[in-house]
Amino acid sequence: MNINEIQDGYVIDHIHAGLSMRIYRYLELDKLDCSVAIIKNAKSERMGRKDIIKIDELIPLNLEIISYIDAGATVNVIKDGKLIDKKHLAVPERVVGVLKCKNPRCITQTEQELQHVFVLKDREKGVYSCYYCDTIHKHED
Amino acid sequence: MIFLLHLLDIIDWSPEDLDRLMDAADDMIARPDDYREAAKYKKLATLFYEPSTRTRLSFEAAMLELGGQVLGFADASASSVSKGESVADTVRTVGCYADIIAMRHPKEGAPTVAAAFSPVPIINAGDGGHHHPTQTLADLLTIRREKGRLNQLVIGMCGDLQFGRTVHSLMNAMARYKSIRFVLISPEELRVPEYMREGMKALGVPFTEVEKLEDVIGTLDVLYMTRVQRERFFNEADYVRLKDSYILTMDKLKPARKDLAVMHPLPRVNEIRQAVDKDPRACYFKQVLNGKHMRKALILKLLEAAK
Repeated sequence: MNINEIQDGYVIDHIHAGLSMRIYRYLELDKLDCSVAIIKNAKSERMGRKDIIKIDELIPLNLEIISYIDAGATVNVIKDGKLIDKKHLAVPERVVGVLKCKNPRCITQTEQELQHVFVLKDREKGVYSCYYCDTIHKHED
Repeated sequence: MIFLLHLLDIIDWSPEDLDRLMDAADDMIARPDDYREAAKYKKLATLFYEPSTRTRLSFEAAMLELGGQVLGFADASASSVSKGESVADTVRTVGCYADIIAMRHPKEGAPTVAAAFSPVPIINAGDGGHHHPTQTLADLLTIRREKGRLNQLVIGMCGDLQFGRTVHSLMNAMARYKSIRFVLISPEELRVPEYMREGMKALGVPFTEVEKLEDVIGTLDVLYMTRVQRERFFNEADYVRLKDSYILTMDKLKPARKDLAVMHPLPRVNEIRQAVDKDPRACYFKQVLNGKHMRKALILKLLEAAK
């Protein structure tokens, strides 16, 4: 894969340096058959250092996950080698089916088909709490 | 508007909603005959996934006094839950039989799941260490009836303030009224959790934390006692040093105000001596009675809302 040229796929840009592996893990990009490139600590005039992820296929992309991890990232959509969309993200009010509640006494631990839902508690600190049991989930958890 | 059709957490209801509920309970106390058939032909299901005899009996007595009927189970082993049925399926099924459901569940958030699937109102009758809003309803009515107000009060919370869910719920509910000050009396190990402390600071509600009841009892309008369990202490020496401080005796009550209200969510073990029961300041059995009246008011309010 030539990481500079994508025909159909995504370039997730302006990721805060150090967060790309987390996005990679949460999006489960390791399970893809297509090429995926991670560029860490790229020089950036605006950010100093940034990470970039390039995905060489237009897969269904869960923007909620990316915006939860780094709402400052931008998602460029490439089709036929051309930039057709540039998505700016915002901190999500709710995160559904991404995080797992760690409270062993939470109802989500026994109701197997229940989706884990987290609601934003503190926008500045990126703190979420479980919709069911109120257990706090911090960004670094 | 999930919170007006159900009661899951006390702070889902505004102070005005709670005031109206207390007004209704006061009226039921004053004119019980007017309500003897208020829920006639209606059925309350008590789904108790873990045993809690006093709460279940309070709900059942409340419904029977309203002329309604009760059905349900008192322990999960006697229900389909033991076969692995989900909370969602259980309430959808029971919702076909009953007009309202009171649920006690060991898992936190179970009533929230129930409310999302139930065709009838859900009352949280306790979910693990999370919420127990109908206990708080009993506490609020008791304070209002004993003190004549829910503002301008110094409220002492004494004992296990870390794990006591009734303490946290009552603090969250009372923090919304004007000029409330909390005196938090507990050993170091059992102080209120950090998030409660931060919550009170964020709301601008003043509080002090002390270790000994004797030092502050004379300043209180309300004293809310809870049980201090030996196993909660990290070392035996601290337990021995502090255990007597959390046992209310007639001696300790001497410097207290004449109009102090002594409360306890019950059951008690030895943290309030039986001699205190005869003191007019002891309110804990009134709390039990008030709890039944608040449950009556709540059942009627939710049945009305579900129409």
